[in-house]
Amino acid sequence: MALATRTDKRADRKAGDPGGGRPGKRPSVLGTLWGSTVGKKAVMAVSGLVLLGYLVAHLLGNLKIFFGPGEFNEYGHWLRTMGEPVLHYEWALWIVRVGLLAAVILHGVCAYQLSRRDIAARPTSYVHKRRRASYATRTMRWGGIILALFIVWHLLDLTTLTVNENAQPGHPYENVVATFSTWYGNVIYITAMLALGMHIRHGFWSAAQTLGMGSATRDRVLKITANGLALVLTVGFISLPVGVMTGLVS
Amino acid sequence: MRLTLRVWRQSAADATGAMVTYDIDGISEDMSFLEMLDSLNEQLILEGDDPVAFDHDCREGICGACGVVINGDAHGPERTTTCQLHMRHFSDGDTIDVEPWRAGAFPVVKDLVVDRSAFDRIIGAGGYISAPTGSAPEAHATPVPKADADFAFEHAECIGCGACVAACPNGSAMLFTSAKVNHLNVLPQGAPERETRVLDMVATMDEEGFGGCTLTGECATACPKGIPLPSITAMNKEWLRATRKVAR
Ligand code: HEM
Ligand code: SF4
Ligand code: FES
Repeated sequence: MALATRTDKRADRKAGDPGGGRPGKRPSVLGTLWGSTVGKKAVMAVSGLVLLGYLVAHLLGNLKIFFGPGEFNEYGHWLRTMGEPVLHYEWALWIVRVGLLAAVILHGVCAYQLSRRDIAARPTSYVHKRRRASYATRTMRWGGIILALFIVWHLLDLTTLTVNENAQPGHPYENVVATFSTWYGNVIYITAMLALGMHIRHGFWSAAQTLGMGSATRDRVLKITANGLALVLTVGFISLPVGVMTGLVS
Repeated sequence: MRLTLRVWRQSAADATGAMVTYDIDGISEDMSFLEMLDSLNEQLILEGDDPVAFDHDCREGICGACGVVINGDAHGPERTTTCQLHMRHFSDGDTIDVEPWRAGAFPVVKDLVVDRSAFDRIIGAGGYISAPTGSAPEAHATPVPKADADFAFEHAECIGCGACVAACPNGSAMLFTSAKVNHLNVLPQGAPERETRVLDMVATMDEEGFGGCTLTGECATACPKGIPLPSITAMNKEWLRATRKVAR
């Protein structure tokens, strides 16, 4: 390696100080994770995988809509009684909700902080533009923002029923049908699910690399799994609005 | 060959720069890109202009000193260093854009020269082994499995040119740092400092203002030495392992 041309940018540094200037005491594991770009990415990867696991369960539950209002509403009720008699009514549901909220916040805060840092690390762009593979980075950032907005809308629509006209508490089947009976309901959900597919496609593979689980030999399997998960979740979730639109679910 | 060059000219670190157009004739396709720039500089000196400043040293692809962005690609269209890129990869009448590496951690010193000393500081934080020097040790005293030796050698090929940072949309130095970490961490000689090496080098990389990795893969595509993208995965694994171990 050649010795680099130097400026006096770091003239404040003592001679003999390699530049790392490591303090004697290392921070805790959590401090190290949060303080490093590599660690923050690991937090993103784990929280993203937690959300991914939730989405798989969520999709399986949603598919019960194709078996009629009885089965679907019964499932909605079970979500509230799950964990009984060990836990009180709705306690298990609230534990899951708190966990999900923590995962979404961690994921979003890390994404925001890392993105700010990445943009600052490239202050000047090249005059000669070419199509760069920042495609993945850009779709992840925009996709993430779309998904965050979607989560807010989704909760107001089918959890609190605030924005859902004709909604009745305790009747999830009828409420889902009401959502997908409006044009904007279909547009919002289908757009968000396409964004979700792209997010998972790069995100799952990316998470495996961040957690050090990828390797040259495993790359193919990881990419196929990422594409498969993205496809199944997107198509699966979109089958609900399509079901209502085609009259399969009414 | 006759060429039109558009070169980034910037008289000093704090001056504002701009692309300046030059016409040049008589370029042989056997010239290297740097020899073509030498010809341009001879022409500029004869005309009483300031020659274009660019970094170079070995001119045989091993030192890592050279490196400019040619038509948007770090080291140009071929997978090699700028000094080993030949003009036969261009055609008569081409317009070629030449820009310095762009990254917050690599400020421009003059024209095409950037300050890459941030790399030296990452190396200083752990890119070495501590060993008593003296007479050469017996080569068979420390056996290294073939697979590990190959892995170390693959990463030892990194010449620290900085093309990975220049190509990355986040100005990230993960490929460089991973090459250095993996090279030493897999070898028995690097074992005593295995954990501190990766933790300190990554911490210094962050302190120097490089961006994080979003796995776009631009770095590995640009690298003249073919350091592969999974090197970053391997370093992430080392970093997570070290974080767990050091906590104990
Ligand atoms: C709050 C809304 C969200 C935002 C703002 C967001 C944003 C981001 C961003 C910016 C990245 C980094 C991409 C990169 O660096 O290449 C990312 C990665 C990821 N996202 Fe999300 N996302 C959100 C929701 C979700 C959801 C709902 C899931 C669950 C399916 C998810 C799963 C993942 C995974 C697994 C990763 C990979 C982590 C890694 O790169 O190591 N995200 N997200
Ligand atoms: S990893 Fe490749 S591109 Fe980056 S500094 Fe090393 S040789 Fe240059
Ligand atoms: S001048 Fe040494 S690698 Fe190009």
